[in-house]
Amino acid sequence: MPTKKSSSVNYNEIPKNIRRRPFYIIAPGMIILIGIMIPFVLAILLSFTNFSFKSITWHFIGLRNWISMLTDSEFYHALLVTLVYGVSATAVQMVLGTVVALLLKKDTFYSKILKVLFVFPLMVAPAIAVLIWQLMTSNTVGVLEKFLNLFGVFNFPWASSYRTSMFTAVLIDTWVNTPFILLLVLAGIQSLPKSPFEAAQVDGASAWFTFKTLTFPMLKPFMYIALLFRLMAALQEFAVIFSLSKGGPGDSLMNISLTAYMTAFKYSRVGVAMPYLLVLWLIINYSAKAIVKRQRKLARQAEGL
Amino acid sequence: MNNKNEIDSKLVSSYNKRKKRKVLGAVGRNLGLTLYAVFALFPLLWMVLCSFKPDTEMYTTVFRFHPTTANYSAVLIGTDYFKAFYQNFVVSAFAVLITIVAGVPVAYALARYQFKSKESVAFTILSFKFAPEILVCLPVFLIFQKIGLYDTYFGLIWVYQLVTMPLLIWVLRGYFEDISVEIEQAAQLDGYKWYEIFLKTLVPLVKPGLVSVGLLAFIFAWNDFTFPLILSGSNIQTITITSLRYLASDTVHYGQVAVASTIAVLPEVIGCLFIQKHLVRGLSFGAVKG
Repeated sequence: MPTKKSSSVNYNEIPKNIRRRPFYIIAPGMIILIGIMIPFVLAILLSFTNFSFKSITWHFIGLRNWISMLTDSEFYHALLVTLVYGVSATAVQMVLGTVVALLLKKDTFYSKILKVLFVFPLMVAPAIAVLIWQLMTSNTVGVLEKFLNLFGVFNFPWASSYRTSMFTAVLIDTWVNTPFILLLVLAGIQSLPKSPFEAAQVDGASAWFTFKTLTFPMLKPFMYIALLFRLMAALQEFAVIFSLSKGGPGDSLMNISLTAYMTAFKYSRVGVAMPYLLVLWLIINYSAKAIVKRQRKLARQAEGL
Repeated sequence: MNNKNEIDSKLVSSYNKRKKRKVLGAVGRNLGLTLYAVFALFPLLWMVLCSFKPDTEMYTTVFRFHPTTANYSAVLIGTDYFKAFYQNFVVSAFAVLITIVAGVPVAYALARYQFKSKESVAFTILSFKFAPEILVCLPVFLIFQKIGLYDTYFGLIWVYQLVTMPLLIWVLRGYFEDISVEIEQAAQLDGYKWYEIFLKTLVPLVKPGLVSVGLLAFIFAWNDFTFPLILSGSNIQTITITSLRYLASDTVHYGQVAVASTIAVLPEVIGCLFIQKHLVRGLSFGAVKG
């Protein structure tokens, strides 16, 4: 029997007030967030102006900020520092975190206690972590100086030398953030299915072979999530470097965040600082998308195993 | 007979080899763990030790000294550290409170309702987390100075939403998705309105997750550095900014530096003990259900 359109209620259609309900529910949260994101649009606008804290008047100057940034060697240096810091800190933490997680795999009394204790550094604010490491690395009161003296190394310069400041910053970053990788990989290890490993054992597979063909591929999706969060944060690291040495000595730690901050607040040239930050945002966004895409593929593969 | 003996001896040697490897493996494993434990935990221990070291023994002694609480009283009474502690607490606590009130419904809507551009809303929220903080800070700084929110509680709490809200929404969305729809349908059949269902059945069910993610959000807010550095001046001070001053002064009192960091770290270390179970899920924004 063909149905006729009538004035009665159409039960296949969701009433408007229910259809709109989710929007009402998310409205307050979104207003709070979007209110704070309006400045983002302003950031793009500012990058085309000669806005400065020094003068009251400002006007649009087109692409001049962008062109001067791209022809400035300072920008390429900042880009290099950003990449070196981001990639080396992330790489060290990934390797160290994964290795320690694998060591913690076996459930013993010792590893159970350590699992709890290892999280502590992750809770420390980066700025406070720098303070803690100043207590360690100070050449007068630091315990590391006394330790290195035993090996005949005196007055290791740590953050005060051009050549070791990057090492020091990455060390502090590693101290804080390795537990993050550790926790995620550990969660991955705990979710591993048992049967493939039993099968491998029955077949007499060596430990290395089992790790290479079973454990590692199945842990990869977890490691990619860890990588995503770590790399995104390390590329824009500001707190550690600023608290440690404000980007110095010289320009050894001037990554894009630091350069933009100094340009805006020390030299009051807000318009000039903006393109730097927008480039940083583009880099972060692009690499995040690439990692997420790869992670999804790997997660599917791991499930298909 | 001969053959059997050969097999026996082979078995014994293989057993011995395996036993040896097992012992070696355990030794290596514990050695590696201990090395990392020293790296991870010694700085914290050193910090606590230094906080009890008197200034006179700071430069001359390593582990053996006469402990004193002079540093603690110097920091807590002599400086405005306590004020910063209090203000940092107020800002972080209210930021988390607002996040919970406004964010829990968003998480619920994203978990249960189907609506246009749902996924893009969710990813926009997540992308706030990845936006460089300075990029947000600079224009906000200009606007806040114009409208008088610079260096106020309200302004700082509002900006902290960028730290706390995406975390809470993404983690809690997962917790809501874990609850079966049947519970909701049963409550609906009983005649409850949708908001009654939400408040009376769902919120209690996600409460453990909510508490732990709230605590984690609090720690994130507590630790934030860039926002208070740029958006607050002399009125509102947070611990992360205030503590740095102990190092910047001409004569560094390392004992006071140690005290400042010990007091800043203590609440977080205690807090993280309570949320062990939910930590992985929170830290990974719900991506890993540990």
